[in-house]
Amino acid sequence: MLALFLFIHIFRIMPKITYISHDGKKNTVEVPVGLTVMEGALQNNIQGIDADCGGSMACATCHVYVPENWYDKLEKVQDAEQDMLDMAYEPKKNSRLSCQIIISDQLDGLEVTTPIKQT
Amino acid sequence: MIKTDAIIIGAGPTGLFAVHQLGIIGLKCEIIDNLDRAGGQCIELYPDKPIYDIPAIPECTGEELTNGLLKQVAPFKANFHLNQRVEEIKKENNLWILKTNKGNAFSAPNVIIAGGVGSFEPRKLTLKEAEKFEGSQIFYSVANKNLFQNKKISIFGGGDSALDWALELSKTNQVTLIHRRAEFRGAAHTLNEVKQKEKEGKILIKTPYNLTSVEGDKIMTGIEIKHEDGKLEKIKTDYILSFFGLIMKLGPIAEWGLNIDKKTIPVNTETFQTNKEGIFAIGDICTYPGKLKLILSGFHEGALAARACFKRAKPNETYRFEFTTASKNIHDRLGVKK
Ligand code: FES
Repeated sequence: MLALFLFIHIFRIMPKITYISHDGKKNTVEVPVGLTVMEGALQNNIQGIDADCGGSMACATCHVYVPENWYDKLEKVQDAEQDMLDMAYEPKKNSRLSCQIIISDQLDGLEVTTPIKQT
Repeated sequence: MIKTDAIIIGAGPTGLFAVHQLGIIGLKCEIIDNLDRAGGQCIELYPDKPIYDIPAIPECTGEELTNGLLKQVAPFKANFHLNQRVEEIKKENNLWILKTNKGNAFSAPNVIIAGGVGSFEPRKLTLKEAEKFEGSQIFYSVANKNLFQNKKISIFGGGDSALDWALELSKTNQVTLIHRRAEFRGAAHTLNEVKQKEKEGKILIKTPYNLTSVEGDKIMTGIEIKHEDGKLEKIKTDYILSFFGLIMKLGPIAEWGLNIDKKTIPVNTETFQTNKEGIFAIGDICTYPGKLKLILSGFHEGALAARACFKRAKPNETYRFEFTTASKNIHDRLGVKK
């Protein structure tokens, strides 16, 4: 048991996050727990997320759409994020700022779709 | 044509501190910014959010930081050229010649780009057809409110600007306020006033709706909006006002022949010079291995860039490193009285 526990900790499996472009191209990458979905995209050179403000929730250029089954599993949207989403390019009901989604083991398999453009 | 030792593009904290660093080594500068005041992102994006990582200042707001820097650079009497953007840059002999969209021209051996993530511009409507009415019937700010008398005006947005203009213009016009969700964000008393006007029938509020099309060929006659549940609705409209905040655009800088990597400019970390001799980049807009987008990094970068400017501005003089505590020269430049 202990061995298994250690094994899991040493070879920790990172959550897989799938970024889908507006025209349907899928890109699945492993992102360490604790980073944001925005950072996961930047570190893996995934197009479609600009993140001009570097995650300070001041630009709305890290906007993504989250499918309903995942949307409900995320932490609830705070007022400030909602306000910022008003400024995003074509926000919808399932819009989120990817800099506010922190990756956890529960989010393994998360899919997000990037809008046609960010500004 | 204004001649100087260095031209700084961008009056955010990094640009402001560069004024200081040029000033104490005896160089003159002019500073240009697209916004109507100094402070850059600090003032525009988070004026009252506290910043905790400025050395020796445990906590301050963007506004306090900006005011402190303005005070610190005041002795150097740098000229601020606000509300304008550098459109053109070219080299003549050893000098860079810059022109702004307001027609001002500058010449200097050094240009320091401290442009953050670019210049701020209003976020435009996303509809392609909207473009042809921009400036005539679609506006992103109100320059002349006398244009709006007995007109049908559709205002988009959920923040203070949208609410304030809805109130103001509803005095003499028929106003529809459209927002993508039911909640508005604004000062409590403004929200109450808007609700009151709605009751009186002076403002029509449509939520949660989005704009789907603008109608009209040469002249816009109306708009179509869509409810979250899919229902479409047409509204006769003479003018659209849209308030969706500001976005950051690299703008003309992208066309100056500088190397650009993901909206940032690679620099040499000894001088912060770009691939063009005499053009430097500091702050969030520059990149190099290990770059951190911190205000304090911008300060350091400006200090080194200023020293590099010295060589080009005063080729016949030797730069001597001096401490502000001890240097008589620096005290004179700062106007320190004994
Ligand atoms: S990165 Fe700017 S709001 Fe998310």
